[in-house]
Amino acid sequence: MIDTKELTKRFGELTAVKSIELHIQEGEIFGLLGPNGAGKTTTISMLSTILTPTSGTAIVAGHNVATEREDVRKDIGVVFQDPSLDDELTGYENLEFHGRLYGMSKDERKERIVELLELVELIDKKDIPVKNYSGGMKRRLEIARGLMHKPRVLFLDEPTIGLDPQTRRYIWKYIKEMNAQERVTVLVTTHYMEEADYLCDKVAIIDHGEIIALDKPSRLKSKMGKSVISMDVSKPDKFCELVRKSKWVIKSKCVGDKVHLTVKDGEKLIPKLVILAEKNGLNVNSITMHSPTLEDVFIQLTGRHLREEQASSTDALRKRFMARRGH
Amino acid sequence: MAIYTIWLREMLHFIRDKSRIIGSMGMPLFFLLFIGTGLNSAFSVPGGVGYMEFMAPGIVGMILLFGSIFSGLNVVADKQFGFMKEMLVAPVPRSSLVLGKTLGGASTALLQALLLLSLVFLLGAVKFSLIALLLVIPIMFFISASFVNIGIIFATRISDPHGFQVIMNFFIMPLFFLSGALFPVDNLPGWLKILVLANPLTYGIDGLRGILIGHPTFPLWIDFTILVVFSAITVLIGAYAFEKMQ
Ligand SMILES: Nc1ncnc2c1ncn2[C@@H]1O[C@H](COP(=O)(O)OP(=O)(O)OP(=O)(O)O)[C@@H](O)[C@H]1O
Ligand SMILES: [Mg+2]
Repeated sequence: MIDTKELTKRFGELTAVKSIELHIQEGEIFGLLGPNGAGKTTTISMLSTILTPTSGTAIVAGHNVATEREDVRKDIGVVFQDPSLDDELTGYENLEFHGRLYGMSKDERKERIVELLELVELIDKKDIPVKNYSGGMKRRLEIARGLMHKPRVLFLDEPTIGLDPQTRRYIWKYIKEMNAQERVTVLVTTHYMEEADYLCDKVAIIDHGEIIALDKPSRLKSKMGKSVISMDVSKPDKFCELVRKSKWVIKSKCVGDKVHLTVKDGEKLIPKLVILAEKNGLNVNSITMHSPTLEDVFIQLTGRHLREEQASSTDALRKRFMARRGH
Repeated sequence: MAIYTIWLREMLHFIRDKSRIIGSMGMPLFFLLFIGTGLNSAFSVPGGVGYMEFMAPGIVGMILLFGSIFSGLNVVADKQFGFMKEMLVAPVPRSSLVLGKTLGGASTALLQALLLLSLVFLLGAVKFSLIALLLVIPIMFFISASFVNIGIIFATRISDPHGFQVIMNFFIMPLFFLSGALFPVDNLPGWLKILVLANPLTYGIDGLRGILIGHPTFPLWIDFTILVVFSAITVLIGAYAFEKMQ
């Protein structure tokens, strides 16, 4: 349903998307997982004909996005990262406008609007101006609008960004429901690893415009071993080296002040790791262990967290703390 | 269909924004009542009509100019609030979007002008027949269509509403004052006359004046031709600017 070949977008010096290859099957929910600035929106913009690719090709629903724009546009629905509703109009009118713009007949529109507003549970708010909707309600309405003209492909650019966990879960539910009901192919971008994990049949991890891993979420995680141990030790770099020599771990990576280890048999390894650290004169401040997540996959591949703001804010806190202690 | 859809949305916005409708009457009425009344006794204009009567078509031109150019503000707002993307990603040619916006902006400016004309009529500032009223509608339409597109052309380049207002004010005032809205064109000194004759609004207001109170400076067909040609040019440039917008 979506096939790209060496798809590339440059903005002046910056290459926002580098030679991406995607092959997305009909009916699939496909995730693009990556941190801020990874090139997710740029990719979606090219696939939805808003930006022209610098080089490479992309075929969406059988049409080339660069040369057959109008054909592509007929078959796609887009939910943009930033809000794009008409706040002055009601929810119903927003969908009505969309239906008219896509050439739907009056009866078709009426039926579809009711159907979709029921799906996203906004039917009793249909005559309220959108400016009086909550953030989550707006997002649901945008998803309904993206589906209004029965597209074959739906692009969702960070559909749950900034929403509370409960609303987020609801939106996941709607996406799954409509994917099952209408067989619509979904390309969703996100920087929430839970979202990619729960929602997607397949996930491509994207960083600096490049796809660095692509598989089913379960497979991506199982490549990480059985569990992930994070340790807060003094001199993490040195500890990493020691651990590598020991051959106990599958992969290791230092991120900030922490060491992330991918291991097979976590419970038995923890005491050994502590002893190893103490023997070499390193302090172990804390140890946690969990089953691998897509975040761990990202950390192992890049040495960074998916959500940099989070990591950097704890870093900043720690630095301040250290400064106060006179380090 | 797409053109009608865009037009419909502009109309919905317009009728929901009551304060804008009322607000738009303020400045022209202010001009007519204070400046018109003030100068009524001091000046005589050709054709033996009172100054107030002479000025009435001028302020209709004013409301058309202001209403039209500021409908470009809707385009800026669409960009700012993201709704423009919804339209740009639809399977609709850009030219339909521009035509829809043009017709929408022209219709709303026209409605404001008709409302103002009725107020002016009720106030007794000027008397005209129903036929004259019907005849000025096409003239008013072409005046607005041109200036709506001028607004759109700027709007595609400007993403900040305040910036848009500042720049448009810079254009609107000279356009208005150099249009023969407030004074007759005939006896102006040479340099001023050139500026006034180069201003398309001059012909719009002359047309309105010719039909509403008589005594036009130019034959009606000249006024009308210039307006139609000017609208066509601005629509083409507007469509081009829209096409280039990212
Ligand atoms: N129009 C543009 N002009 C110049 N640079 C751009 C433009 N759009 C995006 N970029 C740059 O391209 C890179 C990728 O941006 P993009 O918006 O695709 O990232 P993203 O993965 O969607 O990030 P986010 O999670 O923050 O939405 C960024 O470095 C961004 O600054
Ligand atoms: Mg983005």
